[in-house]
Amino acid sequence: MTLGFYPGCSLKGSSREYAESVLSVAKAFDINLEEIKDWNCCGATAAHNMNKELSLALPARILSLAERQGLTEIIVPCAACYSRLTVTKHELSEKPDLKALVIDANGLVYTGSVNVLNIVQFLDKYIIPNLDGKVVRPFDHKVACYYGCLLVRPHEILKFDREEDPQTLDVLMLKAGATPIDWAFKTECCGAGLSVSRTKSVGRLSGKIIGDAKDRGAEAMIVACPMCHSNLDMRREEINTYLGEKVDMPVLYITQAIGLAIGLDRKALGLQRHFVKVTV
Amino acid sequence: MSSDTHHSGISGLGGEVLDHTDVKVSHCYQCGKCSAGCPLSEEMDYPPSVIMRMLQTGNPALEDKVLRSFSIWVCLTCEMCFARCPMSIDIPKMMDFLREKSINEKKANPKAKEIIAFHKSFLDSIRYTGRLYEIGLFVDYKTRTLRILEDMALAPKMMKRGKLNIIPELIKDRSGVAAIFRKSKKLKSEVLSPKSEASDSRLPSSVF
Repeated sequence: MTLGFYPGCSLKGSSREYAESVLSVAKAFDINLEEIKDWNCCGATAAHNMNKELSLALPARILSLAERQGLTEIIVPCAACYSRLTVTKHELSEKPDLKALVIDANGLVYTGSVNVLNIVQFLDKYIIPNLDGKVVRPFDHKVACYYGCLLVRPHEILKFDREEDPQTLDVLMLKAGATPIDWAFKTECCGAGLSVSRTKSVGRLSGKIIGDAKDRGAEAMIVACPMCHSNLDMRREEINTYLGEKVDMPVLYITQAIGLAIGLDRKALGLQRHFVKVTV
Repeated sequence: MSSDTHHSGISGLGGEVLDHTDVKVSHCYQCGKCSAGCPLSEEMDYPPSVIMRMLQTGNPALEDKVLRSFSIWVCLTCEMCFARCPMSIDIPKMMDFLREKSINEKKANPKAKEIIAFHKSFLDSIRYTGRLYEIGLFVDYKTRTLRILEDMALAPKMMKRGKLNIIPELIKDRSGVAAIFRKSKKLKSEVLSPKSEASDSRLPSSVF
């Protein structure tokens, strides 16, 4: 089976291991992820903070390219890209005038027909139904499933899971043999795009998240967003400073945890690339 | 003028917010849930519920303070306020509009210099290569802010783990992406040009 794939910039750089694990898991289930040709950046936080039209036109170009390539469904592992693509689809379907402006800026055909799936929806739809018998090494650990912001909000547009106390990642991890814990920071923001410009704030926000998970006995944190991962993993020094102790709980992408459970090679999942050593 | 705007006839910045984003500041009844749930409200000069109140007054001096506030820039757009608002007011969407207007009118808060520099460096990277080039972003950001030493230890650690590309990923249709930037910039000035109708019909603040 072949599905469309939009990696986004992080998965080609600082979150390379996320791409590696997504592709490895897909391959293990005979799914070919076909990259959108000549894709561009979605514009992320910077575009919608500075220029509304740009923040719609950049994602619209990506969706147009997918249409041109004949892709009807695309997998978008980055929660921020997923949010931008989904919000764009929504805005352009609600506002025909805005759609006309964006099409003019892009010079490409845009009908809005491409179905956009986040990583959890992809796993739920294509992996979980075939998981039985594949779990050779259950992920037998207490885990804190962290959703962050953009996977679940705004609910009015994404219509995915619940805004408070979502469950989809927890259910996936349960099926992979883990014990998800109840905790308080599932959907609190990690500090996201302020990582470089206000690092101390990010240390505080991410510190609260890591601190609560650790206090409640989590042995690993499970995430589905490269921004969350880079703040919680690469900013661990700032987090530890905020917490006043050294916390070495690793942060894994959901696809890395599922990959381990089905017996994939640790290197194929990019576990060696993390700042906080993955000991689970 | 962008055709996605309507003319509510309501004066002032609250009316502009309504015209451009469909967000109704008048619906806020000051319960304060947005400010309670906002992860960064303690770093803001005015928490989200106070911004809402300032806009409700229709007082031009307070509206000016909103556009000059640090709050609108430190807002992470995490969408928590919108999720918890009992009146479903899309505060993040309003914040996007306020930020853009604040920049356009050269009213951006000086404390937000680094945040804005980061956004600009980010967008420049996309404008020229089509994708984010992380090393280019760092260098450009440091040039803009002169915060040279910060995060210098991070780059070699990322490099060692294969997390930084030396060579940028260049897309083929860079001129197409550059055209999107050009046209969006044009749209921006159209959308945000002061509306004569709105200022003409400006009501005294006492009606609120």
